[in-house]
Amino acid sequence: MITARIAAEDDFDGWRNQCRGLMRLGARPADVVWQVGEQRTDLFASPEASLDAAPIGVPKGFAELARSVICHSDPERFGMLYQLLVDLKARQRHMGDEADPLLRKLEMMAKNVRRDIHKMRAFLRFRRVEEDGGEEHFVAWFEPEHHIVRTNAAFFVRRFAAMKWSILTPSLTIHWDRQKLLEASARLKTDAPTEDNVEEQWKTYYGSIFNPARLKVNAMLKEMPKKYWHNMPETALVTELIQSARNREVAMIEKDIVPQAAETLSTLRTEAERCRRCPLYGLATQLVFGEGPANARLMFVGEQPGDQEDRTGRPFVGPAGQIFDAALLQAGVDRNQSYITNAVKHFKFRPEGKRRIHERPNVGEINHCRWWLKREIELVQPELIVALGATAVRSLTGRAMPITANRGRMVESLEGVPVLVTIHPSYLLRLPDADLAERERMQFVDDLQAARRRLSR
Amino acid sequence: MRVLPHFHTWGIDEATSRTYTEQMTQLQVTEKLAILADAAKYDASCASSGTVKRSSSKSGGIGSTEGMGICHAYAPDGRCISLLKILLTNSCIFDCHYCINRKSSNVRRARFTPKEVVDLTFNFYKRNYIEGLFLSSGIIKSSNYTMEQIVEVARSLREDHDFRGYIHLKTIPDADPELLEAAGRYADRLSINVELPTREGLNRLAPEKSEERIEGAMGGLKTSILDGRDAKKKYRSAPNFAPAGQSTQMIVGADAATDSDIVRRANGLYDRFGLRRVYYSAFSPIPDASAVLPLQRPPLMREHRLYQSDWLMRFYGFAPQEVVDAAQADGMLPLDIDPKLAWALKHRGQFPVDVNRAPKEMLWRVPGLGTKAVKAILKARRWRRLRLEDVGRLTVSIAKIRPFLIADGWTPGALTDLEHLRTSIAPKTEQLELFA
Repeated sequence: MITARIAAEDDFDGWRNQCRGLMRLGARPADVVWQVGEQRTDLFASPEASLDAAPIGVPKGFAELARSVICHSDPERFGMLYQLLVDLKARQRHMGDEADPLLRKLEMMAKNVRRDIHKMRAFLRFRRVEEDGGEEHFVAWFEPEHHIVRTNAAFFVRRFAAMKWSILTPSLTIHWDRQKLLEASARLKTDAPTEDNVEEQWKTYYGSIFNPARLKVNAMLKEMPKKYWHNMPETALVTELIQSARNREVAMIEKDIVPQAAETLSTLRTEAERCRRCPLYGLATQLVFGEGPANARLMFVGEQPGDQEDRTGRPFVGPAGQIFDAALLQAGVDRNQSYITNAVKHFKFRPEGKRRIHERPNVGEINHCRWWLKREIELVQPELIVALGATAVRSLTGRAMPITANRGRMVESLEGVPVLVTIHPSYLLRLPDADLAERERMQFVDDLQAARRRLSR
Repeated sequence: MRVLPHFHTWGIDEATSRTYTEQMTQLQVTEKLAILADAAKYDASCASSGTVKRSSSKSGGIGSTEGMGICHAYAPDGRCISLLKILLTNSCIFDCHYCINRKSSNVRRARFTPKEVVDLTFNFYKRNYIEGLFLSSGIIKSSNYTMEQIVEVARSLREDHDFRGYIHLKTIPDADPELLEAAGRYADRLSINVELPTREGLNRLAPEKSEERIEGAMGGLKTSILDGRDAKKKYRSAPNFAPAGQSTQMIVGADAATDSDIVRRANGLYDRFGLRRVYYSAFSPIPDASAVLPLQRPPLMREHRLYQSDWLMRFYGFAPQEVVDAAQADGMLPLDIDPKLAWALKHRGQFPVDVNRAPKEMLWRVPGLGTKAVKAILKARRWRRLRLEDVGRLTVSIAKIRPFLIADGWTPGALTDLEHLRTSIAPKTEQLELFA
């Protein structure tokens, strides 16, 4: 074991010197223990690498990569870079080979460091304090993810040369006195000023430049993760802006949508496309309207479009739709002869990473969308409606009703059309027990057959 | 002895009253800011990239530009806030139907003095809120008068205060060429909006504007920008003229133009005027809208697809006609898949592409391969034969790429020709507003 010591977390020169020594010794990367400062990390690590500074040639691009990676917070970075260096010299890896796993990993680390540098430049906020002589001093508190403060100081000098400023961080403090940079030890957040009277103006600007007609919360979060928020005064407004955006646009458009009785399904659909009665339109890709012949005798009402429906713009085409189709086939009901729609016409979901997790519509959303369903019923005039699941029953009858206790029952919609209550096909997808699922599925087919029999009477 | 208390009282009074006045002024400015930022938000651009490098470290002024712009915040609409984007005034003598500031609209009106804009810019800049200023204005009195005021703000920032940050000025097509010249000397970027993708749309919705005048002014700017760049090559001391070039914006969904019309128009604009960017702004419902407008908002996805098609032409070697090919029969790009995938699905005969042999231009056409990934592939394949998992490390998702690619140990077989390929690889969650 060889211990290689470097002075600080971002000490690139120290790391390079150690590598020169280690290469001369022919040290294998697995035998080197890297230590920052005086703190011992490995009890068994013994002789220290000599500080021999004979330069060694490295392939193009390596030094630049290493300079970035050194600032990363991963304690393995020194060893990984040394490993790469050794392999490059032995011609076992090549700088251009971007598909190489180790190189790729280091490239990604470098990318994260560059991103952190960029975000510090973007999201750091100065607050102005007046010193005793009336002199302006701008002070900021920032918590970077990686060891980038020293590297990044030059940027702030280039930009704010004529200002006296200080940046306080949990690892070190830098001061610029208009002539030179000074370093000092770490400070606490409480050492930084807590207010600045221009912040009110800035918040006014932030709130006013935002366009409430185009809410895209995920796009904002992707670029401005919450971890940076606590140093940015404007982020205090975000929740309120999102809420009022929903209300504001509804108010703006409701003036324009005077629900006139559309006379055909296609004009009704066009009207529904600009519906802003509830906020669900904002996150959904598109409206998913009902489909089927305008003179259908049988109507199916589901809950709301799912992920796939939202993408294709058609009802019941996702996994639940496939179960539904199979059940219809088995029950001898022709989907093409039926009108198929949902109680709620936009996909409601909560994003989880790249996935969109279905969320049940609330009563307000069901009620807002009821106007469209009512017009669909009035235009299609079905003899029978099959309510698929609790949301559909709630919307059609205006009453909450447990499905398991009522399935197979006949009730009446608010328009006076007979409604057969059954489960939503997605229920079958959620049953963990295969036998139970099959029994439930057969019962679902039975319900559909009952609907068919009722029609053919 | 009698002087002292008198003096003392007077001193306090003065201090209090000054603070009061200051507060009042600041309040007024804040109120105006609310109105004039609100009025400016329909301009999509907030870019601060692509200008010359400047720094204040030698001059002792304030500000720097480093080529790549910085987004200092993001609003809940997902858009980047890089510049203080405001109007000098939202009063206007024009009556363009799509515009919230048109003469007949009954929005609250306000007007900044040039000094107020200068102070705001500095106050924000020094706290690291912004990269600089994007100033536009409604037209008051005359085009020349308005342009003079805009230029005065930029002049004061640069000359009185040695401001070295970014300045984007919206220029008024009808203003005197000397004023446009002055604007170009102070600004990093100039822009003139073509507003609508078709002449008919412009005539109908912005009757006081004319395509000839707009394009005439854009042509004039192009010449000045090129002259400026040539002069700079000969003499290092030659003044800059809008080093970040010119851009324009068109509103999507306010007239009947199809995506194909818009793609052709954008391409024409890039060609003729050497634009840095064409911005597409999905028409948003505005308060107090004119009756000539559609009430329906185009899907935001449409705007996103147009940006993607723009990218295909500028960075992926697609000819405008090829992008138009990707559109459906009604001239619109599909909303559920990106235009490159749409094009590939229509031209399956050209796939699969061999990742180990294909030229750059062909790799660019593979759905899911971006320019960065292609660059990495070209570099990496000098050292190894690439397998599918190698490609996977260089890209975000392999699922979309797989049917279109041959790699070592992988051929898509009949996958490329699968009938419902479209549904099986339609993207999962969309990333929106990447280019705004």
